[in-house]
Amino acid sequence: MVKQILTRWPVVRQLLTHSDGTGAEAMSDRTRNLAPKHRDAQVARSVCPYCAVGCGQLVYHKDGRLVSIEGDPDSFISRGRLCPKGSDSFELLTHANRETRIKYRKPYSTRWEELELETAMNMIADRVWDTRERTFVEERDGEVVMHTTAMAHLGGATLDNEENYLIKKLFAAGLGMVCISNQARI
Amino acid sequence: MGSNMAENHPVGFQWVIEARERGAKVIHVDPRFSRTSAMADIWAPLRAGSDILLLGGLIHYVLENKKDFREYVIHYTNASIILPEEFKDTEDLGGVFSGWDAKDRRYDGSSWLYGACIQSGRAAPRSAGPHSGHFKDGSGATADLRDCECDPTLSHPRCVYQVLKRHYARYTPELVERFCGVPRERFLKIAETFCTASGTEKTGAICYALGWTQQSKGPQIIRAAAILQLLLGNIGRPGGGILALRGHASIQGSTDIPTLYDILPGYLPMPNLGPNSHSLADYVAAYRDPTGWWWNFDKYIVSLLKAYYGEKANKENDWGFRWLPRVTGDHSHQGYFLEMLDGKVEGLFVMGQNPAVAGPNSRLERKALSKLKWLVVRDMVELETASFWYDSPEVERGELRPEEIATEVFLLPAAGHAEKDGCFTNTQRLLQWHQKAVDPPGDARSETWFMYHLGRRLKQKAKQDPRPRNAGLSALTWDYSLEGQEPKVEEVLQEINGYAVADHTLVSGFNELKADGSTACGCWIYSGVFPRPGENCANQRNSQDLLGHGWGFAWPSDRRILYNRASARPDGRPWSERKKLVWWDEQNKEWTGLDVPDFTRTKAPNYRPPKDAQGDQALAGDKPFILHSDGTGWIFAPKGLTDGPLPTHYEGLEAPVCNPLYPDQQSNPAAMRDERPENRFASSPDERFPYVMSTYRLTEHHTSGAMSRMLPHLAELQPEFFCEISPELASERGIENGGWVTLTTPRGIVEARALVTRRMRPLPINGKMVHQVGVPYHWGYRGLVKGDSANDLVAISEEPNVRIMEAKGILCDVSPGRRGQGKAALNQLNAHLGRK
Repeated sequence: MVKQILTRWPVVRQLLTHSDGTGAEAMSDRTRNLAPKHRDAQVARSVCPYCAVGCGQLVYHKDGRLVSIEGDPDSFISRGRLCPKGSDSFELLTHANRETRIKYRKPYSTRWEELELETAMNMIADRVWDTRERTFVEERDGEVVMHTTAMAHLGGATLDNEENYLIKKLFAAGLGMVCISNQARI
Repeated sequence: MGSNMAENHPVGFQWVIEARERGAKVIHVDPRFSRTSAMADIWAPLRAGSDILLLGGLIHYVLENKKDFREYVIHYTNASIILPEEFKDTEDLGGVFSGWDAKDRRYDGSSWLYGACIQSGRAAPRSAGPHSGHFKDGSGATADLRDCECDPTLSHPRCVYQVLKRHYARYTPELVERFCGVPRERFLKIAETFCTASGTEKTGAICYALGWTQQSKGPQIIRAAAILQLLLGNIGRPGGGILALRGHASIQGSTDIPTLYDILPGYLPMPNLGPNSHSLADYVAAYRDPTGWWWNFDKYIVSLLKAYYGEKANKENDWGFRWLPRVTGDHSHQGYFLEMLDGKVEGLFVMGQNPAVAGPNSRLERKALSKLKWLVVRDMVELETASFWYDSPEVERGELRPEEIATEVFLLPAAGHAEKDGCFTNTQRLLQWHQKAVDPPGDARSETWFMYHLGRRLKQKAKQDPRPRNAGLSALTWDYSLEGQEPKVEEVLQEINGYAVADHTLVSGFNELKADGSTACGCWIYSGVFPRPGENCANQRNSQDLLGHGWGFAWPSDRRILYNRASARPDGRPWSERKKLVWWDEQNKEWTGLDVPDFTRTKAPNYRPPKDAQGDQALAGDKPFILHSDGTGWIFAPKGLTDGPLPTHYEGLEAPVCNPLYPDQQSNPAAMRDERPENRFASSPDERFPYVMSTYRLTEHHTSGAMSRMLPHLAELQPEFFCEISPELASERGIENGGWVTLTTPRGIVEARALVTRRMRPLPINGKMVHQVGVPYHWGYRGLVKGDSANDLVAISEEPNVRIMEAKGILCDVSPGRRGQGKAALNQLNAHLGRK
């Protein structure tokens, strides 16, 4: 019993192992039992959402919550490294200023209001239909036009390929919107 | 050049360091001495806007000193082709090429075509129309090489090689020193060093970013690099090529599967109003090349139409071709924001972009937003574009009042990348899937969810309204399976990959696509990413080799280095053991090697096409550039660019000097200024705006700051908006390091902290000291850290091919002290503009 207590004393351990007091011999139980926060977490393989290098990311999550986001050592592109932005991806997804509810502003209003998601979707669909109804041009001098220039879309470089595909498909091929642009140029 | 790779693509830059450790030489040419410069072997300062002078100087050097990789040039480029007499160079016409229409401010490029085409009457270049962002028309323009006159000795006065020589004859080291600010000895050192990276044993690569692209002649700058690399034999070879360092997670993807106005997925053109779009047959005839890979064009457009419109698309209705909207004007970002300002745009969707901060002339963009009837913003935060109606500088200055802004605004929270499945395409054409880890919080949803459910509602409305205008919408295939309420993203990727219509079997690549309606494919260049059920190649993470095969999927067909046929000699053997990449296996009669061949696998090096061969069959076995109708790399570009077949030095739309080469052509004649009271330009030069500024990025922030200034760690790392100026400029204007300065241009007025640093230096340009100013553009009026937006200073302008704005090498003034606050800022700006 006494021996147990004595051998847990860092000074004693230091003497017994001839070490200098800066290593494992000086650890408390708490320190020795510390574990990375992503122990026992699941991991999703991901890609950094910032620049276009496409560094690999490991997204650790437990019980439906994110635990941490780190570099993926298996990536032949990044070899586990992340720059300051990529390293901050966990904060990107969990910071306090992230919007989680709809914000709605009426014409001429000076403030935001709340709105239910389904209501917002219905209202937006109505706005699109209404604008398209009044501004759609089917033909001009016998030539097929089939477009509206009164509605536009902006965005894409931060979105997924599948999302860009659906946007162009619905907006252009479906609704006839030609004013579509994003950060890219070709 | 035109990039700060160490700071803006830091993890990618580790490979530059690795190369350097193994003896590669790193050259950096840039207006600022950045961390990239610190890691370079040679750095040269450059006057922003003079890139073509320098690159042309390098081309001149190669030609003067006969440093070109001759065998590569003869076989793989169009250097030997003889141009028609009708073609006149800028050297002949004082700064424009033949075919310039000064009234309409456009080129007719028919005199740029190969001589044989004009003689044979085969070229009938149809007008691109005033509104095409791309010079994609001109069928058969380059025709069949076999019909072209060539001079393999490269000495005929009208062969491309000699035309090139004459075009760049005046781009001497002396001119480079006088107008770029690169000392002659430094320039020659760069030229000598880079030109040794050529030949069978060595290659050199060129990397660029927005220092090149955000100019009124951006594509031509890149073309100049392409010419240099073709002369040096660096294209299609390991360690060679040209790498565009793009700046968003999937900006490559958003170009390939474009949310852009003038193209369809896989770089097919959007139909333009006019004869080219009367029928599918007319459209195909306009864009299809009889020789080369674009012969397959009809397979791709028909398969796309089948993917879009499904069962309702059939041969009788041209596969739904007439349901596609026609382009009738400038529907680009700049084009429609100007229309918006004039009250002609009712509604706008903004998804993951922030024009209120990052759009050119952001003051104008914010005012334009206030003219909308409705605005739908989807993002993870309440960014400046969503809040302009109450907290923008325009509201502060009294230019806008919330009570007078009619815009109905919806701000919908968006899912982040770890909260949804999907794939990005990185700057090397690599598709990588990101796996969903957790659900998005609250009402946040992915764009897939939003588009699907919006589409569902709109299709429902169309069901009750059978007018012709709704035919496309009704026909649109929109049956993605749901998991809960979330569409299965892999199904969308499978549609993009392509499938046989009869039984939905996935295709394994674009070679299986047909023009008879039996296949559907959302993006032909991505075909092969999902070749069999359960085999999502974008989600592969088992890298097998140096090029990363087994990890992700590179388009096309997982070819990691484009045009890699050029990594082998004309006879199919590698140029050298050291630089082998793909080569001809004589025993198995196929191309093999370390990469997927970017070439028809079974086409022998000595294959010579029969007389009436079409498509890829018409290209010989030693022609690597399979998308060109003649199979060669284009030193001279007979078509494809609206403003000239050869890059020419023009000054920017604003410049501190006159064009030394062509006093009568100051700037790119085909570039558009969109001049109006809210979008004014300085003169060249302009006493009110004596300094040359360029915007740029920092490592710790990302674009408009919505993904960085809202985050505590990143906000702390780079809290304040600053600009970089030289000690000389600081001394001249009484500016202290860390003190406030005010920057003005004809568009706007901002205040920033001054970082006085030796990294900036004035350059002697034509005998006068020109000061340059660096301005990071990440700040806006929201976030944990706020600041003025640099883009308030930038003009809306449009380069003629791609409609990009000029944000580098523009003119400004810098003065000590803060700007006026509120309305006083505008008074101060107007006073500055009124100065003589």
